[in-house]
Amino acid sequence: MITTGLTPVITEHWDAPDLYTLDGYRRFGGYEALASALKQDPDAIIGQVKDSGLRGRGGAGFPTGLKWSFVPQNDGKQHYLVVNADESEPGACKDIPIMMADPHVLVEGVIIASYAIRANHAFIYIRGEVPNAIRKVAFAVEQAKAAGLIGKNILGSGFDLDVVVHSGAGAYICGEETALLDSLEGYRGQPRLKPPFPAVAGLYASPTVINNVETIANIPFIIGRGVEWFRQFGTEKSPGFKVWAVSGHVNNPGLFEAPLGITMRELLDYAGGVRGGGEVKFWLPGGSSVPMLTAEHLDLPLTYEAMAEAGTMLGTGTPMIFDSTVSVVKAVTRWLEFYKHESCGKCTPCREGTYWITGVLEKFEHGHGTATEMDTLVNLCGQIAGRSFCALGDAAATPYPAALKFFRQEFTDATHTPVDGTFDPVASYVFAPAVAR
Amino acid sequence: MAISETTRTGLREIADRYPSARSALLPMLHLVQSEENEITVEGINVCAEVLGITPAEVTAVASFYTMYKRRPVGKHHIGICTNTLCGLLGGDAVWDALSAELGVGPNEPTPDGEFFLERIECQAACTHAPVMTVDWEFMDDVTPRGACEVIEKLRRGETVRSTRGPVIRDFDATEHTLAFPLDGLADAPSVDSKMLAGLTIAKQRGMKAP
Ligand SMILES: Cc1cc2nc3c(=O)[nH]c(=O)nc-3n(C[C@H](O)[C@H](O)[C@H](O)COP(=O)(O)O)c2cc1C
Ligand code: SF4
Ligand code: FES
Repeated sequence: MITTGLTPVITEHWDAPDLYTLDGYRRFGGYEALASALKQDPDAIIGQVKDSGLRGRGGAGFPTGLKWSFVPQNDGKQHYLVVNADESEPGACKDIPIMMADPHVLVEGVIIASYAIRANHAFIYIRGEVPNAIRKVAFAVEQAKAAGLIGKNILGSGFDLDVVVHSGAGAYICGEETALLDSLEGYRGQPRLKPPFPAVAGLYASPTVINNVETIANIPFIIGRGVEWFRQFGTEKSPGFKVWAVSGHVNNPGLFEAPLGITMRELLDYAGGVRGGGEVKFWLPGGSSVPMLTAEHLDLPLTYEAMAEAGTMLGTGTPMIFDSTVSVVKAVTRWLEFYKHESCGKCTPCREGTYWITGVLEKFEHGHGTATEMDTLVNLCGQIAGRSFCALGDAAATPYPAALKFFRQEFTDATHTPVDGTFDPVASYVFAPAVAR
Repeated sequence: MAISETTRTGLREIADRYPSARSALLPMLHLVQSEENEITVEGINVCAEVLGITPAEVTAVASFYTMYKRRPVGKHHIGICTNTLCGLLGGDAVWDALSAELGVGPNEPTPDGEFFLERIECQAACTHAPVMTVDWEFMDDVTPRGACEVIEKLRRGETVRSTRGPVIRDFDATEHTLAFPLDGLADAPSVDSKMLAGLTIAKQRGMKAP
């Protein structure tokens, strides 16, 4: 079997200490794609992004070029580009590193994308809990302004752009694109009814494109190196490369850039394998909002289509690995506590449902669940999924049914024994007991 | 405490960044917090005045977001990620150790005003689990003992550097950064071996993108 190699593209120069500066970025060809883009018609840029087949890296995998093409052209309205840098999905940890290591690649992508969709204002909405990403991006934007790459008549093209770096204030729901827009307008971050979609009525009721950080970071490479080059990576339906962030019980957790279609087993190998030579118990391909898989799924290609076929989703493409020391009941309970905490309260199924599911799961965690409640929970999740106002509700209804499918016995055990009795919590710690006190 | 003239000017400056002034409300509230150490009634009133909206509208926003505090935080904000991955990999033990060390529970300040402890959600740093934050700067791969040592150093006024970021200042300074991110600290080393994990292997094995 030929193993899939690593292909550092976005991460290729991350070991250069001055990469975050304009000079450092330019040394590796930075902003050359922008210069080439500005000589082309904006529609040609949209066309290339469409042809590249790039799909959104924020979780849903929506085709980026198609999204851009939904923006009505020559409508006389202001258009906006909004970068979703709210990265708060449990398990997702690739956008923040991209911004800390190479903020200019994001900035260059922002300028090209704005030019393509004919936006004169772009916003980068970064979660407030990560000041170090915010200062890096703000610094890059400032340098780009000083160099005439942002502002009036960029590189003599006649194109004007203002870029604002915006700090959030702690709310997972603000990663949902319409909640993000409300938040960016200075309101509570609660989702909006769709349609109208943001491409038609988004920020300030004007046509708006919202893209993930990693999505935008792909743009300079697609424009600079071409569609054909890009399509060498990945599959027909999942072209390109991905910054995979592998976390959990592996020997060498971290970021690994490789084509879509690499398998979890290959990634696991790069990440040094499961610690102590152990086994994967369960893993999630991209965030807590996608159904978990087990060791039997390690050889599936990590693509949008293969993950969907396996009953899960690629999500953010940031696999979390849990070994046999972990109680799945405890893991799921903790995720539900998260969704309960983050539910924005706008709709009843999610607001009340996350409250009830969490309460019942906590009983199981303490060994007080009942067989009837195992079914009640299935029922509750069924009431929430598809009946909530936004995808947070669906996500909250995901972990339990997925866990039950593979680990029914553990929930049965939790009807009489607290999970900490069955699974010693200390065994899943990544540090030695000596430093645990 | 009264909102200073400097802060008022800062609030108006933030409002001017946006095509619609109200968009500035989140960073404005961060600026209020950098001066007041919490979101005060006066801070709310000043934001309302600058934006021409009602204090009730500002309050509705301030109460929605977890980073805005309704009681003084004190000098340092200490966050421990206890979401599933960090919690199970040891964040729970870090939490227990710090809570015992400081003698406070979640969302409580220590009586001396030095520390405020919070259980935080996933910080987009799961590769570095368990994760702690000090004034929202990363303290990656922390252990219970290591976390307590950080606290001791801060107590003694010693220099503590974020594992991926600048030297720790204090909570108010970070809040100021969130309002005015050009804080002169962008040169802080922010890339570590875990972020380079794949690149390092690729270089060792001669792997490259075509
Ligand atoms: C609750 C919730 C949280 C989300 N959080 C994020 C996030 O932090 N970052 C992100 O890019 N997308 C997030 N999304 C997905 C966005 O709604 C949207 O699909 C995405 O930003 C589009 O960008 P893309 O097409 O480039 O992936 C979230 C969705 C939901 C429902
Ligand atoms: S599903 Fe949850 S997060 Fe989404 S609108 Fe309803 S209450 Fe809010
Ligand atoms: S779970 Fe702690 S940083 Fe992601």
